[in-house]
Amino acid sequence: MFKWFVKWFHRMGSPPHFYRFAGSWLPWLTVVFTVLTVAGLYGGLVLAPPDYQQGESYRIIFIHVPAAWMSMFIYMVMASCGIIVLVWRMKLAEVVLICSAPIGASFTFLALVTGSLWGKPMWGTYWVWDARLTSELILLFLYLGVIGLYGAIDEKRVAGRAVAILAIVGMINIPIIHYSVEWWNSLHQGATVTKMDKPSIHWTMLVPLLLMALSFKVYFIISLFQRVRAELLHRERNSRWVEELFRS
Amino acid sequence: MSMSEFFNMGGYAVFVWSSYGLALVVLVLNWFIPYQQHQQNIKKLKRQYRQETKQNDSSS
Repeated sequence: MFKWFVKWFHRMGSPPHFYRFAGSWLPWLTVVFTVLTVAGLYGGLVLAPPDYQQGESYRIIFIHVPAAWMSMFIYMVMASCGIIVLVWRMKLAEVVLICSAPIGASFTFLALVTGSLWGKPMWGTYWVWDARLTSELILLFLYLGVIGLYGAIDEKRVAGRAVAILAIVGMINIPIIHYSVEWWNSLHQGATVTKMDKPSIHWTMLVPLLLMALSFKVYFIISLFQRVRAELLHRERNSRWVEELFRS
Repeated sequence: MSMSEFFNMGGYAVFVWSSYGLALVVLVLNWFIPYQQHQQNIKKLKRQYRQETKQNDSSS
């Protein structure tokens, strides 16, 4: 089992193999994404009943919460790649790390703005400097920092190691975001799904929420594969496999 | 539920629909920008190889 995994890991690390693998999976992933999104949106916007306190405004949850989860999930993907970069100097991990950053930044931005649009009617303000909101804003800056740092260093192998360190150090913000609503008094509501107890949300709302969360995960893979393919082709433009691919 | 009731979102239409609209824009752009970049890369590489083959043919 372990041997098989090591073999698989090595094969995945080879740019031509990953390029082909990602290309063949993209159409299927797009189908899965479409099905999940249509089901999630129908469940969330049509089937789920209005909330007893927040009325229809709570429907922002089906964008806001999955986007917020993705903002943290993608950061963990980035930091894991950072560790692989530092330990094994794997080129593909560098590419995945840097290609994840703009997608993570997009989801963080989406979580912040949709939260703001939900906060206005429910809390009476677009923004407060409370722990949850501030730590999520710091996450956005971490993503932008990774993108900026990578762009600022010309030698790409050095840049890869530098952003790996930044991504790993920034990891400390992730538990702060998650537990901020417990550790500090916050205007933001506490966790309703990701807690040890039973989720305190009715299944008619939980099911579309989870569908949207899955749909965003699949979307991340699609967007990541797209970016990684473009970046691999650019980086390896002088190598033999790229030549064989396009010389006709 | 009528169509207009659905779009009205119990008076929260502005907040709800701008959230969904923004999500749509962010998701589409995030897919489209790398897609376009990739297509341009491919075009450039194909052109480059075509020119190289031509040069090789004329020199030999």
